Amino acid sequence: MRTDRLKLVASLTRPVLALVAAFALTTLALLSTGVSPLEAYRLVLFGAFSTPVRLSDMIMLAAPLLLCAVGLSITFAGGLYNLGVEGQMIAGAIAAMVPLRLWPDWPPLLLWLLSGLSGATGGVVWALLIGALRQYANVSEIFAGLGMNFLASGLALYMVLGPWRRQTSASLSGTDLLPRDLWLPTIDRLRLAPAAPLIALLALAVVWWALTKTRWGLEVRAVGLNPAAAGRLGVAAARRMAETLAACGALAGIAGMLQVVAVHHALIPNISSGIGLLGLLVALLARADPRWLLPIAVAFASFTVGSIQLPLTLGIDSAIAGVLQGALVLFALVARARVR
Amino acid sequence: MRNRSVRWLVLALTLLSLILTACGTQPAAEPTATPAAPAEAFTFGMVLVGPINDGGWNQAHYEGAQYVVEKVPGVKFIYIDKVNPADRPNVKVEQAIEELIGQGARLIITNSAEFADGTNIAAAAHPDVFSIHASGDKVLTGEAPPNVRNLMGRMEYGKMIAGCAAALTTEAGKLAYLGPLIDPETRRLVNSTYLGARYCWETYRGRPASELAFKVTWIGFWFNIPGVTLDPTKVANDFINEGYNVILSGIDTTEGIVEANKATQAGKRVFAVPYDFKGACAQGEAVCLGVPYFNWGPDYKRLVELARAGKWEPAWEWTGPNWSNLNDPDTSMIGFVKGPALSAENAAKLDEFIAKLADGSLNLFTGPLFYQDGTVFVPEGQVADDKTIWYTQQLLAGIEGQSAP
Repeated sequence: MRTDRLKLVASLTRPVLALVAAFALTTLALLSTGVSPLEAYRLVLFGAFSTPVRLSDMIMLAAPLLLCAVGLSITFAGGLYNLGVEGQMIAGAIAAMVPLRLWPDWPPLLLWLLSGLSGATGGVVWALLIGALRQYANVSEIFAGLGMNFLASGLALYMVLGPWRRQTSASLSGTDLLPRDLWLPTIDRLRLAPAAPLIALLALAVVWWALTKTRWGLEVRAVGLNPAAAGRLGVAAARRMAETLAACGALAGIAGMLQVVAVHHALIPNISSGIGLLGLLVALLARADPRWLLPIAVAFASFTVGSIQLPLTLGIDSAIAGVLQGALVLFALVARARVR
Repeated sequence: MRNRSVRWLVLALTLLSLILTACGTQPAAEPTATPAAPAEAFTFGMVLVGPINDGGWNQAHYEGAQYVVEKVPGVKFIYIDKVNPADRPNVKVEQAIEELIGQGARLIITNSAEFADGTNIAAAAHPDVFSIHASGDKVLTGEAPPNVRNLMGRMEYGKMIAGCAAALTTEAGKLAYLGPLIDPETRRLVNSTYLGARYCWETYRGRPASELAFKVTWIGFWFNIPGVTLDPTKVANDFINEGYNVILSGIDTTEGIVEANKATQAGKRVFAVPYDFKGACAQGEAVCLGVPYFNWGPDYKRLVELARAGKWEPAWEWTGPNWSNLNDPDTSMIGFVKGPALSAENAAKLDEFIAKLADGSLNLFTGPLFYQDGTVFVPEGQVADDKTIWYTQQLLAGIEGQSAP
């Protein structure tokens, strides 16, 4: 009993220290701008919960973020650092546009399904290219991913300014808005498309189940711990790695599709908006443990949405949310390394 | 062990968030300080695409708003700047507008052509809030809700004057235009610059148009976004290295004049005509031939008063300069301040040119005018109407550069 309590205290020390350190660093940054840190924290931490619209903005950001983070928790379990998630999301968004532009007159429900499928496929293709580079050209998935990200952004920019440019004139603000009935059903005043968070939660549940309750999940985790050893035990390591990449690509692709049909209602050059990389931070902080993905994704989305109010009410830059997110991950990693 | 420690970290974080949320919602419910206090204060808000101190387009808007605050009692001004994909990747225009309305704004001004959709979406969701989409035309096309107005200044005149000043000064007859992205607005401004330059080159310099080189390079956006646009600093230096000795700017920021100034200090002779903001010459007095600028204050004042009185009607407005006093801060939407680098002799010729524009004896949009591909823009003997100019399809023949992306 007593030792249990000691263990509990000991296990709490480092994370609490990490938390304190992250907030201390952010507070320093805030103090240097001369604003009240408490007021800033109130906005960053809870601003997203202050009105229904902000709450739904938060949810609409958390949904693709969660999808990316869930996907990344699969690749993390398989021991891969899929920095290409951003590009997979962009590829998914571009692919999701294709059926919407080809057959805008088809029934919306069918189009959304096609668009989701196409988006997922786009993400998978982009991810498997990374897998192939890793497998056959011996390129680290980290660098392959970063390269593919550039390629995907370039492609999105090209589509927006080229083949899919606006009727009146090309605009960097994106393609023409999709016809209203192709938007994923949206509660207008709230800008909330309830299907988006539902899809994300469904993905979370499926991946959770697959990673923890199936033989496939066990094998993936074995590969993640030691591919060579897993191979010797009869696990097709290379195949499992490719599968994790494909799964992550599919989820990132669906996130990209949501950005198109539920958030921006158009393809914009910056369609991924850094959500993939933010998802990387979420997955890092959650350590690929599916149970923590949702709360962390929600917290990070809240920081981002809440911080929009900073320039308006306190006259400081909203980048402070990024400082807080980065500091949290950094110190969590440091705390972990110390335990190790 | 490691796993558990992380769990605790996150648990602590989540719990903390939950607890603080519970406390946090309470104070958030009461409006943040001031709006309620002065009972009749009218709040107007602005969404800007770039920073308020860019020395160009955005600063001109910001100072226009400050003019309103100065001149109209009981008015409060709030803003969100840098609303663009690079600076605020997860903020949509309608979201920014929502924040301003949340802070009590009754009138919203958005200042980028890129904001058309967002402005309309937010305006449709808030029929009781008025919007001005500056530089837009959705009222003209009938796509805007009734609470939206469009406002733009007839910068065509400012650009003609700018082009003239450049043509009067260039020795080699080589003018370069630092262009933003390609749309009807930027095309008509490049064309206006060229028309002003060509006229003064032929009339005052007595040289044939064929000896005037006029090149435009588009960077791809209103200002530099590393990795997405061309770097305007580099483009300006390319101009200088290719022997262009006047750089006219069409972008929101001041790279053109800054680089011209550096090159001049390094021994070359390069002049610049910045854009948008009255004070833009300050970035390089020694090379500045002058600046065509927007003076949004008077129109914003008029529209704020209109909105406050509830006498709002949808309108698409394209306001011109006050020809009797181009630089009158209270009446003239478009102005031109001559720069220190413009010689006295050329300044006198420029005044003569301005006088001809002012009394209507000279209209540079008189045909025959041809597009780059040889098609007719304005037929012989005709004068282009507003719509033809607004929706300019191509650059004019004689200009080197892309007409479409």
